[in-house]
Amino acid sequence: MLLAKIVGTVVATRKDPRLDSTKLLVVRAVDPKGKADGAYIVAVDTVDSGVGETVLVVSGSSARMASGLKDCPVDAAIVGVIDSVDVHE
Amino acid sequence: MQIARVIGEVVATRKDENLTGLKLLIVQPLNADRQPAGKPLVAVDAVGAGAGEHVFFVRGKEASFPYWPEEPPVDAGIVGIIDHWDLG
Repeated sequence: MLLAKIVGTVVATRKDPRLDSTKLLVVRAVDPKGKADGAYIVAVDTVDSGVGETVLVVSGSSARMASGLKDCPVDAAIVGVIDSVDVHE
Repeated sequence: MQIARVIGEVVATRKDENLTGLKLLIVQPLNADRQPAGKPLVAVDAVGAGAGEHVFFVRGKEASFPYWPEEPPVDAGIVGIIDHWDLG
């Protein structure tokens, strides 16, 4: 999974019907120290997160195992809101 | 599977209910010289690994298999702690 920061929202009216009523957010991967690091991706929010929060993003087919996303055409889902990151280095 | 070193941990209170009770660790993949190779990522721990240990982890949906029949939404999981590794 990736650590990512939520940087924006996405609204799409015309979309796959299985995406109806999903909340789409733009996230950007961050390194463990919180520094932005990587591409901007669209992820489905399953934990009621919001802009500015650091979250856990699951990618690939595993994203469909997040709550409410069974059989949805998604490859990135927000499955947790990060409280703390502890790096022992 | 890929070899990595555990470099930290992540705490998340608000999360998918199927992640409850799972330990989330930060792993840094290693190259043949045991140096960091690529970006660190978050992996679930199925074997009781801890900071500083060398481990191997799986990517993709297979990361959820240790928890079957539950299917937590995870795409990386530690499945072994390495006692030692040598390259011929």
